[in-house]
This record gives sequence, C-alpha cells and structure tokens, in this order.
Amino acid sequence: MAKNNLLTWIDDRFPLTKLWNEHLAEYYAPKNFNFWYFFGSLALMVLVIQILSGLFLTMHYKPDAASAFASVEYIMRDVPYGWLIRYIHSTGATAFFIVVYLHMLRGLMYGSYKKPRELIWLFGMFIYLALMAEAFMGYLLPWGQMSYWGAQVIISLFGAIPVVGDALTLWIRGDFVISDATLNRFFALHVIALPLVLIFLVVAHILALHEVGSNNPDGVEIKKNKDPVTHIPLDGIPFHPYYTVKDIVGVVVFLFFFATVLFYFPDGGGYFLEHANFIASDPLKTPVHIAPVWYFTPFYAILRAVPDKLMGVGAMGAAIVLLFFMPWIDRCKVKSIRYRSGIYKTNLAVFVVSFVVLGWAAMQPVNETITMISRIFSLLYFSFFIVLYITSKNEVTKPVPDRVTQ
Amino acid sequence: MKKIIITLLFAIVSVHAYASEGGVELETAPIDINDKASLARGAKDFAAYCFSCHSAFFMRYNRIAKDTGMDEAEVRNTFIFTRDKKGDPTKLGDVMKVSMTEDYARQAFNAPVPDLSLTARARGANWLYTYLHSFYMDASRPTGTNNIVFPGVGMPNVLWELQGLQKPVYKTIQHEGRDVEVLDHLELVQPGSMSKEEYDAFATDLTNFMVYLAEPVQAERRSMGWKVLLFLAGFFVLAYMLKKEYWKDVH
Amino acid sequence: MSTDAVDKDKRRLLTLATSVVGAVGAGFVAVPFLASWMPSERAKNAGAPVEVDISKMADGQLLTVEWQSKPVWIVKRSAETLKNLTKNADHLRDPHSENVNQQPPYAQNEERSRKPEYLVLVGICTHLGCAPTYRPDIAPADLGESWLGGFFCPCHSSRFDLAGRVFQGVPAPSNLVVPDHYYVSDSRILIGEDGGAA
Repeated sequence: MAKNNLLTWIDDRFPLTKLWNEHLAEYYAPKNFNFWYFFGSLALMVLVIQILSGLFLTMHYKPDAASAFASVEYIMRDVPYGWLIRYIHSTGATAFFIVVYLHMLRGLMYGSYKKPRELIWLFGMFIYLALMAEAFMGYLLPWGQMSYWGAQVIISLFGAIPVVGDALTLWIRGDFVISDATLNRFFALHVIALPLVLIFLVVAHILALHEVGSNNPDGVEIKKNKDPVTHIPLDGIPFHPYYTVKDIVGVVVFLFFFATVLFYFPDGGGYFLEHANFIASDPLKTPVHIAPVWYFTPFYAILRAVPDKLMGVGAMGAAIVLLFFMPWIDRCKVKSIRYRSGIYKTNLAVFVVSFVVLGWAAMQPVNETITMISRIFSLLYFSFFIVLYITSKNEVTKPVPDRVTQ
Repeated sequence: MKKIIITLLFAIVSVHAYASEGGVELETAPIDINDKASLARGAKDFAAYCFSCHSAFFMRYNRIAKDTGMDEAEVRNTFIFTRDKKGDPTKLGDVMKVSMTEDYARQAFNAPVPDLSLTARARGANWLYTYLHSFYMDASRPTGTNNIVFPGVGMPNVLWELQGLQKPVYKTIQHEGRDVEVLDHLELVQPGSMSKEEYDAFATDLTNFMVYLAEPVQAERRSMGWKVLLFLAGFFVLAYMLKKEYWKDVH
Repeated sequence: MSTDAVDKDKRRLLTLATSVVGAVGAGFVAVPFLASWMPSERAKNAGAPVEVDISKMADGQLLTVEWQSKPVWIVKRSAETLKNLTKNADHLRDPHSENVNQQPPYAQNEERSRKPEYLVLVGICTHLGCAPTYRPDIAPADLGESWLGGFFCPCHSSRFDLAGRVFQGVPAPSNLVVPDHYYVSDSRILIGEDGGAA
C-alpha cells in the first residue's frame, strides 16, 4: 500500500507510469523479431558502456600534448583497474561500430527506412555521423603516432575545399599543425559536446520509432490488423516483458563476445588498438602505414580510389550522404527483402560485399592491384544506389502477407 | 554469430598485422608470459644489457618484484643504482629512469635512445626476438654493425659477446629482369660465450620480459577473463530459461 | 497470445534468480570502477616513507621534512627541555596522551617519542590545519613568563609544548600528531612506518 501511495504521488507530478506504459508495458512490437533485431538495444547498451567507461577515464587522463600519452600509460599501469576501464572503452568503440553496422544492415534488409519511418532513418544517419566524429576525436586523445598522423591526414582533407580550405583547416586545428590546441578542443568535444548530441539523437530516434511503431522482418504493418475490442495489434506483443526478457539474452551473448575480446585480445591483432599508437606522437616522423581504424576503412578506400584530392573527398562524402536518401532512392512499396526481387537481393549483396572488400583494401599498402580493386568496388558501391533507383520503381515482388509469418 | 566470424578473422589476420619494414620474415618468439622464472631471468638480462642506456619510464621497480617473484632486495640490487636530486636512493616505487641524457645520446649515437616500456606492443614479440638475433658486421656503419630488421640502427651490438659475431651472406635474384644482390642469411664467424641454444633461451627470456614490460597486467587480465566468461555462461543459461518461459505465451 | 496454464511460480523464481545473478554481475562490474578511485601507484609512491639523517642535529634544532605532502618536524631536545616537560602538566588538555588517535602506542609516554631526545611531529595544527611556528625560547615577551618552549600557531593562537601537547584554553582540541616512525639506525629515522616494533 505504501508503494502505491508513493507511485501515485510521483504520477501526480511526473508521467512515470504513463511513460512506462507508452514505451514498455504497452508498446506493442511485432512478435516476429529475429536475430537482426537485437542490435538496436545493444547499440544503446554500448552507448551507456562508453559513457561510463569514458567518464572514469576522464578522471585520470590529461588532455595536454606533453602529458596525454603518459597519462594513458598511467591509467594502464598505476590506476587500480585503470587497464580494465581503458580496454572497456577501446573494445566498446569497435563494438559500437560492429553493432551499428549490423543495425543499419537490418534497416536496409527489411526496408525499415520506408514510409512512415523515414525520420527514424534520418535520425539514425545523424547518429552515425555523430558517432564517426566522436570516434575520430576520441582517437586523437591517446596522442600516439597513429592518433597524430591519422588526424593530420583527415583534417588536411578539408584543405581540398576550394577557396576556404586552408582557412578551414587552420580554424579546425587552432594551429598550423595538429598540436596541443587541437588536442584540447577535441577532448572537450569528445567528452561533452558529442555525447550530448548523441544522447539527444538517440532519444529522438526512439521517440520517432515509438510514434510509428516498429517494422519487422516481413515488412508487414501490424497496426493494420487490430483486435476490434482492445485495439491491440493482433501480431503485437508488449515490449515488456517479452522483448526486455529477450534482449537480456542478447545482452549476455554480446557481453560474452565483448569479454572475450577485452580479456584475451584487446588490441584485436592491431585493429582495435593499433601498434603504432604505442609510440608517442612524433611530428617529425610519419609511420610507414597510416590507415584509419577499421570502421572508417571502406570510406577511406573510396577516398584513395579517386585520383583527385577534392573529388576523392566528394566521393567519400557522397558515399555517406547517399545513405541519407535511401527512403527516396528505394521506390519499391514492398519493405522486406523476403518479398523482393532477385535483382534487389543481388544488388544488396553486392553492396555489402563491396563495403567489406573496400574496408579490406584500405588496410593494404597502396599498389596498382589494390588501387584497381578499390576503384572497381567503389563503383560497385555507388552502383547500388543507381540500380536501386532504376529497378525499384516497377520491381517484380512476391505477394506480401497480411499477417506476420513466424 | 557474426561476431564469431569477425573475431576469428581478426585472430587470423593478427599474425600478419605486425609489419617489419621491408617485409623481413620474422622468427616466432617462444615466450610464455606466465613463466615467472623466465621473466626474472629476463629482468636481470635487461638490467645487465639494456638498462644502462634504455629507460623504461612507465614501469616501477616494485612491480617487477611483485610480478616475477623476485624479492624487493634482489630487485633493488639488480636495478637501482641511481639517487634522486636530494641524494636519497631511488625508491622501489619509483619509475625506471636512466641517467643518460638526451643530449648525450644524440652526441654518442646520433639519435635519442628510445624508452623500451612499450616497444613490445609497438613492434611485436617476434620482431624483438628476431632483432636480438639479427645483428651483423657492417663496416659502413659508425658502430660497425647493422641489423636486418632495423636497417641503419644506431644501437651498437651490445650482445656480441654472448651471441658472437655474424656476417651477412648475399644471394643474387632476378628482379624486374635484372640481377639484384639481396641478403640471404647471417653466418656466425666468431662464436660468443653462448651456444645457439643458450642464446635463443637468452633472447626468449629478454623478449618475454619486454613483453611483460609493455603490459604488466597481461597475466592478470587473462586469469580474470575466464572467470568473467564462466559467469556470463551461467547467466546466459538463466536468462535463456527466463526468456523461454515468458515466450511460451507467444504463438 | 495464450495465457493459459502460466506457471506463475516458475516465472517468479526465474525472474528472481535472473535478477539476483544480474545484480551480482552488476556488483562485480562496479568494483573496478570504484576501486579506480583508490590511490594510484604514483600516489602511493609519493606517499612512501621518508628516511632522515639525524646524526648532525644540535640541541634545540628543528628539521623539517616532507612526507605525504605534509611537513614533519624532528626536534633534538636537550636534557633541560625534557625536564621542563613535567612542569606544564596542569595546563595541558591531554597530558598523558590518552587520545590514541594522535600518536602510535610507542609514543604514548611523557616525552611522546621512542627516544626522548628526538621529537617527531606532524607540523599541522590540530585546530584548522595551519603550520605552527617553533618557539623554543623561554619566557619571550609575546608568549608570557610561563612559556617553557613549544609551538605557537599564528592563525588562532593555539599553543603546544615541546612534546607537542596542546594547552588548555586554546582552540586546538588535541595534541599534535606523532607519525609512525622508527630508527633504522642511530643516525637515521624512517618516517611513515613503525618497523613492526611497538
């Protein structure tokens, strides 16, 4: 009885029960969510993990060019369990992108970006952009050789922009080269600005989702078939307890893989914590092999494939920007890949393969063969959007069921 | 599932991720980070052959005592010969600095002497092991020696008394239609105080110690790992049972 | 969705079991984060014991060393000074050092030290933390005729005798702290550890 009084007291002043019901206990999600539907909640969890581990790193890290590198080693050796917090954060960064890429792939496969979910997709794309910026800035902070030179290369890309390019890079860096000024501002952006932006965008993303209701592997709108009395979608089940309980299983499995990487190979063979970054940055000595961290590599491959600097930047940007327009490029009314044509399936498969091959190519040293491969697969990457636009208008699809299949 | 594939891929590729300049074939270092006796020997070797010039300023002396089973007095006797500005002996909890200044190093070797705390993580254990084996006589160098995996190295061959002196043996290969002389292998021309097996063991211990230096918490992290995985496996069983139970409702 | 034959007990048990194990897991995760606030190796090293050479001290000399960022005084006391210590007894708040927080057991004596001729104190006033001044002079004009030597804190006028004992009627509540220390040899004191001997 006391509990009910407390709850009533709160509910009179704050929509606690209302929120609980709207977003959990009475948010009806399709009952046919499969493996691909774990990654949204996992992404949210990784965001929380990164904020927590990042917060504790900030308590010991020094954002000063003279002490940054040493402060990371201080965390690794002198701070009790500092090493664990650092590895959580570095593994979390890689995990974030694995989860987000799979989450986006789900969106592509099941047409989750189509009407009325275009805004969810747009918020998601902005989250992706913010995440890339966040990761890029975070990578400068250890102030190792790869941090320094990776940032040097990427920021100098802005110099390719005609007229304003040089002034822009000077403004971004705050100095004539990457320096303490750059480090400090990237620290502020990485710790405060972008996390706030990410949190805001994630909230917006989820609110937009809950406004319209979730899609599902069959691409069937469950709200079209509601119980005449209760008005609950016949194929819907309350998110809580069914998906809370299912997502816990997803979380535990994810944590199992996360812990395996964290405790047994945190530097991921040099892909999660790059070897060159264990050398303190030296402005006079460039490492033999500058490559961005693995999650940026496909776009880096596209950049390198184009012989002209400005056009390369443009192509790289277009590769990301085109994704924003998916809801309008894909003109097919059928949402899910399950009911779409062989052309679509092949097209999407080629897109995914191109993404992976481009990523691999970017990590190889530059030579004729690699450049050839990068060019071919860049073209294949862009062809996805062109082929989709052309073929989706009058695509031959299979009949879409009225109710979800199991 | 996808994650298994991805992590397996990375595990496979990791063998190749450490690149040495010029693509030299690296020997595999047969190290065991859990072998405390090896670490203790490696620590003493480090003190004897490396620590006069190379600092390890991210490492504290007392940690070596803790992790290798050496007692504190032994660590002090092996490593600590310095005093602080007031003249008091360096404390066991202090970091491993050397007295050589950067200016002196530039004068003597044309380059600052790198700190070795993280070298094993930056270059890899196999690179280090190969480096220790790869010094050879080269009259064109100011030190009289060169190294296959680090061409033009400024470091003199401080290990020649143990390993002996090696000379390079060249072979001719075809490259782009022309005859080119390349280094084929190294040959021992003057034996040192150690046999090949003894020197291999020496290099193993030293490499082992340097891998430890680069990440002293490695053994602890692995031992924590399986306990976490075991807990998660158990938790998975419970969570899965819970999910199955609730999902009986859903048809 | 069917809700027939829902085994409520099983659900409750499984939910409880999962929650408990989850909470335990969360507890394990919290440990490293909370532990990371404990003093780091660097902090512990900076707070490490300090060895002091006392072989060349003259009677009445005060040596100040830094230990854990605090000033520690070593005073060489003459026989006369030691005799004077008993004369203050009636005016002291805690003449027998009954407050055990202010000194280790081996300093709970009249002289508040292991060896009477050396006084070791943490030079921080027990009132609000200022550094008292050393006033070994007898009956100076500003401190009065009954002053037999001691420490005077300029912030709020607290007074301590040459065993670090606080006088009555001053703001400081307790005697000056005697830190753990022991004699490594006759000429060297180690401040910060008591060497195992009581």
